[in-house]
Amino acid sequence: MKKMTIALVGQPNVGKSMLINAISDAKLKVGNFSGVTVEKKEVMFDFKDYHIKIVDLPGIYSLKEYTIEEKVTKRFLLEEEYDLIINVVDSTALEKNFLLTSELMELEKKMIVALNMMDEAHKEGIIIDNDLLSELFNVPCLKITAAKKRGLGKLLNKAIEIAKKPFCKPKLIFSDTLEEEIENISNFLKEKGYKSSLSHREFAVKLLEEDKTFYNMIRTEPIWIELLPIIREALKHLYIHYETKNIEEIFAQERAAFVKGVITETVTYQKSLRENLTDKIDSILIHPIFGIPIFLLFMWGLFQATFEFGNYPMDLIDQFFSSVIDHTKEILGNGFLGSVVADGAIAGVGAVVMFLPNIIILFLGIALLETTGYMARVAFLLDGFFHKFGLHGKSFIPLVTGFGCSVPAYMAARTLKNEKDRLITLFIIGFMSCGARLPIYVLFTGAFFSEEVAANALFVIYITGAVFGLVAAKVLKIFVFKGKDEPFVMEMPKYRMPSFKLIWHTVSTQALMYLKKAGTFILAASVLVWIASNFPKNPELETEYAKKMEKVQNDDKKTEIENELQAKLLEESYLGKIGKATEPFFSPLGFDWKLSVALEAGLAAKEVVVSTLGVLYSLGESDETSQGLKEQIKKNIPLPAAISFIVFVMLYLPCFAASAVFAKEAGGVKYLVYLFVMTTASAWMMSFFAYNLANMLI
Amino acid sequence: MSKLTELEIGAHAIIKDINADDELKHRLLSMGIQKNVEIEVKGYSLGKKVFKIDANHTALAIRKEEADKIEVDRR
Repeated sequence: MKKMTIALVGQPNVGKSMLINAISDAKLKVGNFSGVTVEKKEVMFDFKDYHIKIVDLPGIYSLKEYTIEEKVTKRFLLEEEYDLIINVVDSTALEKNFLLTSELMELEKKMIVALNMMDEAHKEGIIIDNDLLSELFNVPCLKITAAKKRGLGKLLNKAIEIAKKPFCKPKLIFSDTLEEEIENISNFLKEKGYKSSLSHREFAVKLLEEDKTFYNMIRTEPIWIELLPIIREALKHLYIHYETKNIEEIFAQERAAFVKGVITETVTYQKSLRENLTDKIDSILIHPIFGIPIFLLFMWGLFQATFEFGNYPMDLIDQFFSSVIDHTKEILGNGFLGSVVADGAIAGVGAVVMFLPNIIILFLGIALLETTGYMARVAFLLDGFFHKFGLHGKSFIPLVTGFGCSVPAYMAARTLKNEKDRLITLFIIGFMSCGARLPIYVLFTGAFFSEEVAANALFVIYITGAVFGLVAAKVLKIFVFKGKDEPFVMEMPKYRMPSFKLIWHTVSTQALMYLKKAGTFILAASVLVWIASNFPKNPELETEYAKKMEKVQNDDKKTEIENELQAKLLEESYLGKIGKATEPFFSPLGFDWKLSVALEAGLAAKEVVVSTLGVLYSLGESDETSQGLKEQIKKNIPLPAAISFIVFVMLYLPCFAASAVFAKEAGGVKYLVYLFVMTTASAWMMSFFAYNLANMLI
Repeated sequence: MSKLTELEIGAHAIIKDINADDELKHRLLSMGIQKNVEIEVKGYSLGKKVFKIDANHTALAIRKEEADKIEVDRR
């Protein structure tokens, strides 16, 4: 088997992920590019007698080194080993896509252009002569429709053919003015016999484009001293001719002219066969007045679904784990082993797994938002509003991702180029309640409210968190991160039917990650919490109560004494001691030591709050059958304390993993300290307020 | 010449000048927004805060502050 590596390059929203997903039986590997948190996707599969690896590079608009994605892609294309580039373009927007293509053509690498979304282009009346296009670019151009798996075999066959053949230089011709300056420099390089990875012409182009990478290459060579005046002279000519000193603008004009010329010759635009569907949908969804209410309605629907549909499988899972706990105790007995496995491990893990259905629905909603193209519309709708709070329309994307999990949300904030905008967004992401906090809310709202009210309560919780985040952003913008705003210029992709496979992939990855966490981290934490709540042993107390037991005959009385003993034992345990020690801090908020400990355990991971409560309350009960955790909560916690608890959970520091990512993304541990102070202070004050208000009203 | 933000929905125009700093210019250029490109205003959000424009068969969202820097000739 021969090996072949393909670099997949294209602008955002051209269907690169779709292309990778369309290659059936391919194994998808998701990782990071070394040193940065830009996602690196790779697929591996066998085709004919080749073992093919495709590296999906981040979507970029150009190869300038402005954004981290551009840097990563450029570094990969220049420095890594690969056989050829497949440049994926959106056939319905060739003018924009070919700008990047023209930059790729200068890299002097083997390359194929995949004209994707041909089905849509056809519907819009766009006819492309791809043979003539291939000839003009001197780069093979193939028509494909990744969404319908059309043309993929041909594409791979072509890739193999190109990989075998020697390199064939693409034809990229600029205007006479620019070509003349290029020739001057390249002739000089040739005379001097300068050698680099690029040909003399392309190197000359890179120098004129003021490409830092190539300046760094030649700057230390003796040839530099003579080359400098030639470049200076050339630039001077260009400045005069184009009436601007912005070299990027000059080349942008040149590229646009080249691309326009090629498109005029190869593409015909007929009258569209159908009305522009995206425009039609947009006339409703981004309507100046109805747009935002419609968006809020969607979000409300998502939370309703999370609760309503999540409830049925949840009850089943709850019953399942309850019976597993009972059976485990039957088999292992009520001793140490039985208790650590049943009350520790299984109760803890069960309490977390129970919320898998809710998590799946939430992630499904976010994935749909993203793949249909609606996310960009929401950024459009909300930018005006967000801007008032010192945020950027694009902040919406990390913030919404934050409802799923804060870790990818912190990473998604990288799309914000302005340092201050990014920091503000990073600081308030935690206020968007993540999926791991959902179990706590579902548990508490489910315990205190009827089913219909619970979903609304959940919606209110999320909205309150988000609104608090906005206010915090404004405060940060006014007092801490003052300065210039980042411009808001963003592509609004066409609406597309989401691919089932792509959605399935995203959601199942998230679900598996959640389960994996439950099986490892949560399991360990649950056992730890169990041990901390059962040790040190207290034989004196036990004998004292055993004596009391002997004296009474009444069964009810016996249960009462047994309960009292368990509660006393728990209070004397390590966990009890920690809880007691920190109780003064939490008691103004209405929390007993059990809730205090659960919150502290939640610093490790928010799921642990629920599993800790699970362990604490299942230990407190002395009857043989485990009651639902919900019932326990309702029985043991007064409503004002529960509300205060929810508010605290809503606002306090994200989990350990998220905090680590936050520190990395924000650029230092000191920011994490700020975040800790900010979130703890807000959580405490708001809980105090909520607790007292609730006490007054109830 | 007029500002992009002065156009009404459905208006077509040709970009004549972009008075932006290098960073914003790069953003616009890489998305194909430059001199002599034809645009159409497709819509705006509440209070004309953000504009949706079509250029080169691509829809873009652009904030009022940035759109103010783009000068156009009506067609």
